[in-house]
Amino acid sequence: MFCWHKLGRVFGPADFPVDGWMKEYVQSPSVLVSDERLRVYFCSRPAPTASGQYLSYLSFIDLDRRDPTKIVGVCEQPALALGSFGAFDEFGTNPVSVIQHGQDIRVYYAGWTRCESVPFNAAIGVAVSRNGGDTFERIGAGPVLSYDPDEPFLLGSPRIRKFGDIWHLWYVAGRRWLDTDGKPEPVYKIRMASSADGLNWSKHGTDLIADLLGEDECQACPDVTLRDGRYHMFYSYRHARNYKNAEGGYRIGYAVSDDLRNWQRRDDQSGVGVSATGWDAQMVSYPHVFEMDGLSYMLYQGNEMGRSGIGLARLKDEAAWSAT
Amino acid sequence: MKWRKLGKVFDPTHHRLPNGCIEFAQSPQALPLQDRVRIFFSTRARDPVGKYLSHVAFVDFDPTLSNILRVSSETVIELGGRGCFDEHGIFPINVLKEQGRVLAFTTGWNRKVSVSVDAAIGLAVSHDDGLTFQKHGTGPVMAAALREPFLIGDAFVQRIDGEYHMWYIFGTKWKSFTPSEPPDRVYKIAHATSEDGVNWRRNARPIIPDRLNEDECQALPTVFLRDSRYHMYFCYRQAHGFRELSSHAYRIGYAYSADLATWQRDDAAAGIDVSTDGWDSQMQCYPHTFEHNGQIFMLYNGNEFGKSGFGVAVLESS
Repeated sequence: MFCWHKLGRVFGPADFPVDGWMKEYVQSPSVLVSDERLRVYFCSRPAPTASGQYLSYLSFIDLDRRDPTKIVGVCEQPALALGSFGAFDEFGTNPVSVIQHGQDIRVYYAGWTRCESVPFNAAIGVAVSRNGGDTFERIGAGPVLSYDPDEPFLLGSPRIRKFGDIWHLWYVAGRRWLDTDGKPEPVYKIRMASSADGLNWSKHGTDLIADLLGEDECQACPDVTLRDGRYHMFYSYRHARNYKNAEGGYRIGYAVSDDLRNWQRRDDQSGVGVSATGWDAQMVSYPHVFEMDGLSYMLYQGNEMGRSGIGLARLKDEAAWSAT
Repeated sequence: MKWRKLGKVFDPTHHRLPNGCIEFAQSPQALPLQDRVRIFFSTRARDPVGKYLSHVAFVDFDPTLSNILRVSSETVIELGGRGCFDEHGIFPINVLKEQGRVLAFTTGWNRKVSVSVDAAIGLAVSHDDGLTFQKHGTGPVMAAALREPFLIGDAFVQRIDGEYHMWYIFGTKWKSFTPSEPPDRVYKIAHATSEDGVNWRRNARPIIPDRLNEDECQALPTVFLRDSRYHMYFCYRQAHGFRELSSHAYRIGYAYSADLATWQRDDAAAGIDVSTDGWDSQMQCYPHTFEHNGQIFMLYNGNEFGKSGFGVAVLESS
């Protein structure tokens, strides 16, 4: 079993240096480790419109490599502009996942658009940075992973990894929109695709994680680590309804696979839950696991789906990777 | 090319249509059957908020194309469920007869908030000669891609030498021409191929050169083979002012190709144009060519994008 020692909240909206395009939320942390620093990309939002609609921008902070709870820099502008008028990512780029690719850095993101019958839709886009990750430009104006007969809407929550020569993209696909008291709520499941170049994707076409909370369970943010030939996935899951509170809110689950196709769901092994009090006492979600100097760390977001910020945890015992 | 117009052959306001539709018979497309020619079209109903929904219907003509046998009374293909690409309309529908089944490539429409709509191409199958279609999944077979960002539609599919070929359009931009009006869309004709009709190879390359200007909108390609040459008809218009001004409205364009790879545009040789007066004098759009009884026919819409029906022409010489 994993056991993650929480090091506390690293960054929250109270730490924003500006009040404008960054106003609320710190969501979907994704890390690039370099010699001097950890750059943590995340998604922040300006204040909502009068009707409660949000935009979301790609942002980042830099953490001290020797003390990753210490912030040494914050981006001054969005690292990626929103999409053009009518494009799939006109209203937001969230969640995000970054990867080093030679001298370049790529970000994969869910683009937000707004619809009439449902509040929003999403598809997965890609952009590239050629200046060390300070700013990104789109490779194309459209999505790199889009809808198909079996995945009709809401492609989001991308997590990009490269194992050997193969690119892997874990993501979620919308299954249906539920009637609720207020606005329609989506149900989505974890899936994956593979690629030789990160641009042309072959979808595997199956749900990877068996439902635990019934067929309307929502699963997100499948973050996969390869250790000793086994694939370890940390992800988040919640109820489709009444999820904005402690009972129905996101929790962090865990699954393991030897072949990328068959996943054994073992949520009891994930080793990270809500705290008794504080910024992550209501919910924990969007885990992102990375390795640095022989230690394993997890970034995750806390209450109100990251409105309260992101925190860091460190794995207590590296032997956990081989004990599952 | 030389076409002889046979006139308007179908007026939707003269018939009772399924799904509560009242006007429009747009983008007529033919399915020649043993004893009849079934012509699918998209017609419109108003939804509870007063906006249009496009539904597919059909009319059966006798083999001479001069007598109407029936108009569909039931739903031919359901619109998509909530949040799906084809929730707010299917327009057009392209049908392809195969052994024991009919494939349909649909353009599904969904309403958005900043721009009015988006579109993608779906696949459906019929096992009853097109009376009803069952969808292949709830999502599209051709959606937006990295370099085809939106408005994927107007599929025309043929099977050539064991491979499926699709001509279709994709949107390249939404552009504001005046500060007071909503932006207009620009779209171009492209080509894709497939082994199975589900998985398509494409390259985001417009295949028909612009004639008006770079904002020219090109739509509804239709292709046939005659005298060892592929002939493509399509419609094109200015991106702005096309609803109000006949000079900016849709016209029929023409291109030809020997190899399906490169196309020579030659609108002057199209052999069909707007009439001096009458139902197709302001606009001509949504051409669909098909072979029937050894002749090539063209179905098309006239003024007001087909609000009052469609007509037919026959190819006299090529």
